[in-house]
Amino acid sequence: MERRDFLKQCIMVIAGASVPLSALTLVDPKKVLAANPSIQWAFLVDTTRCVGCGFCVKACKTENDIPFDANVTRTWVERYVYTKDDRRYVDSPKGALNGYTDARIDLGKGEFKEIDKDNVGKAFFVPKLCNHCASPACTQVCPVGATYKADNGVVLVDRKWCIGCGYCIMACPYAARFFHPVLKVADKCTFCFHRLSKGLDSACVNACPFGARKMGNIHDKNDPITQIIMNERVGVLKDEFGTKPQAFYIGLAQEVR
Amino acid sequence: MYSYHRKSNETEWANQPAKYGTTGREKLHEFCAECHGDVVKIRTEKLHGTIPCENCHGPVLNHPEKPEKLDIDRSRELCLRCHTSLPYTTSERKRIPGIDPKTHNTGTPCVSCHNPHNPSLEGMK
Repeated sequence: MERRDFLKQCIMVIAGASVPLSALTLVDPKKVLAANPSIQWAFLVDTTRCVGCGFCVKACKTENDIPFDANVTRTWVERYVYTKDDRRYVDSPKGALNGYTDARIDLGKGEFKEIDKDNVGKAFFVPKLCNHCASPACTQVCPVGATYKADNGVVLVDRKWCIGCGYCIMACPYAARFFHPVLKVADKCTFCFHRLSKGLDSACVNACPFGARKMGNIHDKNDPITQIIMNERVGVLKDEFGTKPQAFYIGLAQEVR
Repeated sequence: MYSYHRKSNETEWANQPAKYGTTGREKLHEFCAECHGDVVKIRTEKLHGTIPCENCHGPVLNHPEKPEKLDIDRSRELCLRCHTSLPYTTSERKRIPGIDPKTHNTGTPCVSCHNPHNPSLEGMK
């Protein structure tokens, strides 16, 4: 064999071997499907409708066996009070598990701030929960692969694999994760994964009497919730973190982070 | 990316039993109406009709087998979640009539005077 032929054949073998490899990855149906699944859950919070009753928090804790007495919760409702002399107060006693039955602001440690009734400028309630980010910070820091984003967009924790290191709790910019005091693992909102897979609404969506909480498939453009997200003025929390949160808010104020 | 995980965990989560039925706003009382249809119909016409039955009557679990009777929450605290008077004229709370729990018939359960299924003042017991 001549040197020229040898080189020619070498190039042909290399070219031949590399083409089918790249072709295989291009048409891998699993990857195509994963990039464009038919269901991708998103949450819609209408803050203008929330009255701070806390039924969502109660239903969530009951549905998901989160201890009532421990100061941890998968979803919570925040109260924002702006006074006419330009002071701003935020509180969420027990995550609003028992609603807001006191006009005083809970400063923690048993201290309360009395606000004069006539001094209240504007006040509103904001329900919060895990944003099930499209680019979640919490799943990236897990050293054991216990937390992940499922194909339908829900971020879950594998309770068997979780070692309770707490990295994900620190990584979440929204403080949506907590340490489960009984199971000793990281815990968070699952969008009621078990209810979604049975065709039910999540517990908080089900419990809200005012329609402040809704959920929809953001990959279905005919879904009424997707229509609202596409056509109306919605915002997300802490957009600058680049986590691409999938919980959208109607009526967001600048102070709500 | 970063989605390396145990695939069977998704099934584990999906197979968890649900406690609440479908009584929410979207499918209002549909679940309870299957057996309690006539009662539900009367009770959803009044003001409190948007409140899911389970918010007061408790999660359905495996009712009617287990529990046979649901544990109804008739406490003052439950009503006060919405009916505590708060001076928030800019929130939806302003639409809901409220009382001061410290002065309004303290110690008496709300349901001894008010009918939660017909909450207008004419419907008082």
